[in-house]
Amino acid sequence: MRAPISDLPIRFENVTVAAGAVTLLDGISLTLNPGRPTILIGPNGSGKSTLLRTAMGLVRPSQGLVTWGGREDVPPTRRAIVLQRPAMLRRSASGNIRYALRASDVARTEQQSRIDELLALVGLGQLADRPARRLSGGEQQRLALARALARDPAILFLDEPTASLDPAATKAIEDIVHAVSQRGIKIVMATHDLGEARRLAGDIVMLHRGRVVETGPAASFFSTPQTGEAKTFLAGELLV
Amino acid sequence: MPGDVSALQLVLTGDPALLAIVRLSLIVSLSAVVLAALIGIPFGAALALIQFPGRQAVIVVLNALMGLPPVVVGLAVFLALSRAGPLGSWGLLFTPKAMVIAQTVLVAPIIAALTRQTIEDLWLEYRDELNAMNVGPVGRVATLIWDARFSLVTALLAGFGRAAAEVGAIIIVGGNIDGFTRTMTTAIALETSKGDLPLAVGLGMVLIVIVIAVNALAWTARRAGERMAG
Repeated sequence: MRAPISDLPIRFENVTVAAGAVTLLDGISLTLNPGRPTILIGPNGSGKSTLLRTAMGLVRPSQGLVTWGGREDVPPTRRAIVLQRPAMLRRSASGNIRYALRASDVARTEQQSRIDELLALVGLGQLADRPARRLSGGEQQRLALARALARDPAILFLDEPTASLDPAATKAIEDIVHAVSQRGIKIVMATHDLGEARRLAGDIVMLHRGRVVETGPAASFFSTPQTGEAKTFLAGELLV
Repeated sequence: MPGDVSALQLVLTGDPALLAIVRLSLIVSLSAVVLAALIGIPFGAALALIQFPGRQAVIVVLNALMGLPPVVVGLAVFLALSRAGPLGSWGLLFTPKAMVIAQTVLVAPIIAALTRQTIEDLWLEYRDELNAMNVGPVGRVATLIWDARFSLVTALLAGFGRAAAEVGAIIIVGGNIDGFTRTMTTAIALETSKGDLPLAVGLGMVLIVIVIAVNALAWTARRAGERMAG
């Protein structure tokens, strides 16, 4: 049975994450609300991945507090993440999804129909029995997406899922993300592709050097950026 | 030339004494590998996943134990099993069981050390995914051992190679008793020192063929499994 309480909103209160001497997130305060996709943008190393992993609960803040639906230390039963380089379990494509279903305590009798449904959603129905590690990069990303959705999440984090994919594979991912969002699953996605951010947002959160420099609805962010960093980034200039 | 039959003849005619020796060698070494795997794989997996003070030292010692000299293991097991030793009441000295114990001691660190490395590498790859899927400690260990199973076959083969090839431990605790604790390696050592070179050479050939056959079998199984599971 699913807990009826939602993980949303996810609230960051003055969250700092440090790895040794390096500060990855620097005093982030942010609320992720249900609704349209939130897209994280910013240059490489700006903290997008760390923010996603912290929101997922994979990384603990060095300082500050993260709450899920007002509670601390909520296990990730209604959250799922597609990592930047998803690890493919050494099983078939359907085996990877079955593993996630089993980890979510989905009844054995329901598993096969869910697997078929999820593989069809990401267009991998023909490759169900293929070893996951033999799939192409784009296929692995789609399988990771299906595996994340197998957890029946209320919120789905995506860490640059289309980086290094060709336009067709990128479109396939974006179409799935769009469909998933339509079903009411909250999407929080990192990208450094501004075109992709325009196509999918929602709201924009721009990060730079581990800090939130600007947030807002996509329309106003792209038309009238408020900060120097955002203007520089949107102008396609190098933000260092 | 001592002995009136050639090595090849002994092997080809399936000499009963030779077959008994081959059979005992396989039983002892395979039993030792199975026991060592039951000990070494869980131990290696635990060492890979559990953080505790002194862990690095344990890993260094474990890796060093891969090179345990068989005669020293034989001596230690001999002392433990001898009538005055702590396990003397078991009455196992100079039996095949004593040989299995000695080879288990020899092989378990090899399997544990190789398992530790394999599981730790896989854990680094899987950690975030398994945490994101809220998989508990028992599920993690089971998943990692299962997904590393083809690599772990290599650890078992290394252990089998070590067990099948060694003389030092089993000759001390087994005593090389004809028809009871004589294996291929102890027989080769004995026949060579006696000067019965044809028998020694015949046994040597059989030993090498068996080691190659076991490795080929495991390799085939591994390739077939990998084709199915990736």
